[in-house]
Amino acid sequence: MRWITRLVLVLIGLSGVLAVTLATGIRQGLLTLVGIGFGAVLQGARFGFTTGWRDFIEHRNPQGLWAQMLLLVLAAALTLPLIAGSGGELVGAVAPLTFSLVLGAFLFGAAMQLADGCGSGTLYKAGAGAPLSFAVLPTFAIGSFVGASHQPGWIALGGLPAIDLLQYGWPTALAVTVIGCCTVAALAGRAARRPEPANPVAKMQQLARSAVASFVAQPVSSSADATGGWARRWWIGAVLLAVLYLIHMVVAGQPWGIVYGIGIWGAKLFSVFGWSPVGDPFWGVAPHAARLAEPLLADVTSVTNLGLIFGALAASRWNGTATFKTPSGKRLLAACVAGLIMGYSSRMAFGCNVGAYLGGIASASVHGWVWFALAFAGSILGVRIRNRIAA
Amino acid sequence: MDSKKLFRAGTAVFWLAVLVLVALDTMGTGGIRVEPPPIALGSGQAASGGHCSGR
Repeated sequence: MRWITRLVLVLIGLSGVLAVTLATGIRQGLLTLVGIGFGAVLQGARFGFTTGWRDFIEHRNPQGLWAQMLLLVLAAALTLPLIAGSGGELVGAVAPLTFSLVLGAFLFGAAMQLADGCGSGTLYKAGAGAPLSFAVLPTFAIGSFVGASHQPGWIALGGLPAIDLLQYGWPTALAVTVIGCCTVAALAGRAARRPEPANPVAKMQQLARSAVASFVAQPVSSSADATGGWARRWWIGAVLLAVLYLIHMVVAGQPWGIVYGIGIWGAKLFSVFGWSPVGDPFWGVAPHAARLAEPLLADVTSVTNLGLIFGALAASRWNGTATFKTPSGKRLLAACVAGLIMGYSSRMAFGCNVGAYLGGIASASVHGWVWFALAFAGSILGVRIRNRIAA
Repeated sequence: MDSKKLFRAGTAVFWLAVLVLVALDTMGTGGIRVEPPPIALGSGQAASGGHCSGR
């Protein structure tokens, strides 16, 4: 019986790709397929940005952070040479270092812990059928739509211009990115919680291994033992996501994104109720006005998002029916409010964990690192609030 | 309702709503877009724009 379910899922997926191709062209069809791949990998590997950070904050488990650093290095190594040599056909995610970036990233980091998912996490968990993520999705869309509309006003508050390290050549940009990621991985490994050895000799051995681990930034046995080894799902997920990130860049000409599409959904929905983008400082100007006027399926992030949700559904059903706990009313309400904040703050911060953190750092834009630092700090606060609500 | 039924009902309602909204949107906005080349790399065209980074 299981093979019938799998066959049906594959046929539905391919039908969706064909329908998008017929409606809006080969590029959009390919991007739908890439989106399905993103969803399948995220769900299949349980590759959660939010969970990875929370595991480290609560349990000093560095596996998720290591996987994210591996993903960043691979994505940068695969795409930076292409962007540099493409003559403008491919562009990275580069944004200024504004006050809005600092505040928005902090708020997003806190809210994503309450919503139990970041941009990609909310989509893939909704696809897999998680009730909490289903509830977050509409408020996320409203927040992203309103936040985009207010984005020019936030940027006007000031800050520093964008710093694109590609201006120094891709080898330099890649080297800086690799050093940054190795530093984070090493710090995470060093801070990893390890069991106390029973005897002094073992303690000395652990100290020595710890020193080596922090120096070479590799998950060697000491830190791996403490966390049950570097789970295969993490590094396989990182490698597959990096390959999909490369394909997305080559096909779309821009990095993988999430919240732009969700904002478009909100804008389209509001226009049904009489809202007009004319005169809006964000939605009323190029290229966003054109994206709104075109079919939803012509928008790059919208088709990858829809593909992602279906890919997660397919992965969650591949080996049988998924089961979920129904969240409490208090938890549901908190998640809806967090979704609104996530949507709004992601536009202040030029993206979420995918568009700003992954896309920014893999594009060698300094704003990606600022986003990471502030969102991680926000996550520490978010985890505390989450624990209080759950208590 | 058990979790299996809840999952099936929620998924069905969600995808039905998505299909209806996308179909209505596609019918209401057709014929106003020039299809880009299948792959951006090597196309000779700049990326069309519309990304979270604000470009």
